[in-house]
Amino acid sequence: MENLLRRLPLLVAVLGLLLFLAVPPFLPRWTLFLLTLAWAKAMAVVGIVLLLRGGLVTFGHALFYAVGAYAAGFASKGLGVRDALALVALGVVAGAGMAALLGAFLARYREVYFALLNLAFSMVLYALLLKFYWVTGGTDGLRFPSPTLAGVTPSPPFLRLAHYYFTLGLGVLGLYGAYRFITSPLGYTLRAVRDNEVRVEYMGGSVWRAVYSAYIFAGALGALGGVLAGMAVGHLVPELAYWTQSGEFVFVALLGGTGSMLAPVAGSIVFEFVRNYAFKFSPYTWQMTLGFVLLFIILFLPGGLWSLSEPVARRWAKWALSWRQGP
Amino acid sequence: MGAVLETGALTKFFGMVRAVEDLEVQIQEGELVGIVGPNGSGKTTFLNLVTGYVKPDRGWVRYRGRDITGLPPRAVVELGIARSFQMPQLYAGLTVLENLLLALAIRAGKGGEFWSPLAQESRVQEALHILQQFGLEAYSHLGVSQLPEGGRKLLDVALSFARRPQVLLMDEPTSGVSVKDKFAIMDTLVRVLKGSQVTTVFVEHDMEVVQRYAQRVLVFNDGKVVADGPPDALFADPSVRRAILGRD
Repeated sequence: MENLLRRLPLLVAVLGLLLFLAVPPFLPRWTLFLLTLAWAKAMAVVGIVLLLRGGLVTFGHALFYAVGAYAAGFASKGLGVRDALALVALGVVAGAGMAALLGAFLARYREVYFALLNLAFSMVLYALLLKFYWVTGGTDGLRFPSPTLAGVTPSPPFLRLAHYYFTLGLGVLGLYGAYRFITSPLGYTLRAVRDNEVRVEYMGGSVWRAVYSAYIFAGALGALGGVLAGMAVGHLVPELAYWTQSGEFVFVALLGGTGSMLAPVAGSIVFEFVRNYAFKFSPYTWQMTLGFVLLFIILFLPGGLWSLSEPVARRWAKWALSWRQGP
Repeated sequence: MGAVLETGALTKFFGMVRAVEDLEVQIQEGELVGIVGPNGSGKTTFLNLVTGYVKPDRGWVRYRGRDITGLPPRAVVELGIARSFQMPQLYAGLTVLENLLLALAIRAGKGGEFWSPLAQESRVQEALHILQQFGLEAYSHLGVSQLPEGGRKLLDVALSFARRPQVLLMDEPTSGVSVKDKFAIMDTLVRVLKGSQVTTVFVEHDMEVVQRYAQRVLVFNDGKVVADGPPDALFADPSVRRAILGRD
């Protein structure tokens, strides 16, 4: 039964992927846009979940989201780079580079200091994006023209679908990378850091290196999310780095749970749709609706939405076992 | 044979409190040394100073003639000195097997790898072998919080042992377990460590345990070594018993 349970995430991932591949062409355009945005933001949330596994909470992850988006935006506007993959690569390198720079300083901090120092850096970036308006466009933002895919600009009817599949492809790659990370010695060292830093050092492991590496990886994922969201929206604004954006990522991480790398995707999709409907049905109190959702999750599902999968998985494993054994 | 580990004039004060002062200790290759003494006599501080957990105010620590005074724990461990703790220091979020797999990956210098899986076949086999040596193989897939206290103590030492240390320092390996389990734990530890020719120093409160397992005993009192010798002779000496127990 344990074997069957271990295989379940793979089965869920494959079924989910088939669903995400097959259904979207039949969805309305607004739904497709929300799904694209959810997948893009899920990448940033995966970064947050990675850090949470090391016991690190950040309230400034939007910094990397904005760095990725603006790096790609500048490359598109200033350097004339139009290829989507090249823009993603540039954004991710910029995010990872920024994380490498800040991480060298931040990897020594823990708990509230780590959380708030991240917040401080993200707000510094927000202020820079706001004040250097002759470069960034300030509050007007920066236009991010639709990139080309392998030299082809998708025609308007297929633009959303092309963005969606591009985001899905890179999102799946991001998830695979995160999965490899958490099952690697470095991923386990990060979990060990959360449990017992002293022991890690006494086993000859480097706590600083584990936290620093995870921070860079999380930064790269955040930047990936930023580029993909920027491409989907087509416009970049300083609010991408604002603390409410970071708060949203933490919210989604709690909503989805930290039990699996698939949880941020589930959390992100649910969040985008709940927010959309909350705004539609109560435009003046939609934040309150989100607040109630978070309260509900904390009180009744402290493991996030992903914790709902456990009883389902056990039932499935039992059924599969009895089916295999026959009558 | 020269000393594998020695300290000289080793001194540490915590504020106004003297933890150890002018501590002179020599540990020979292959020895099994017990350290006894009343609470606050400097036993654990000695282990902390040797392994870099705290830095001395003055004095030195040498390992195979090399000055290791004040080196951080990771550097000390990499030289071949490992330690276990009075309160087992384990990774509560991991299973018993994962705890050990991580120790083996770090020992192999693979702790920073982020693409290959932790649970590689050869690593799993080695981890299971070590768990078997320590009598923990039946618990391999349990979370460490599900282990009995004796099992946690053994796993704590197993994690240090996985590094293949040349010197192992154990801080009260039998504290907090029943009298029956104490001897079972010590039997296991001594069998494994002697079999691997690991020079071992252990701090212990239980004189019976020390008398039964140690080849040599260091008696600490008030931050100094007040007696040094084979256990039978030492424990027969009323002045030593007074130093340890405060009575004859």
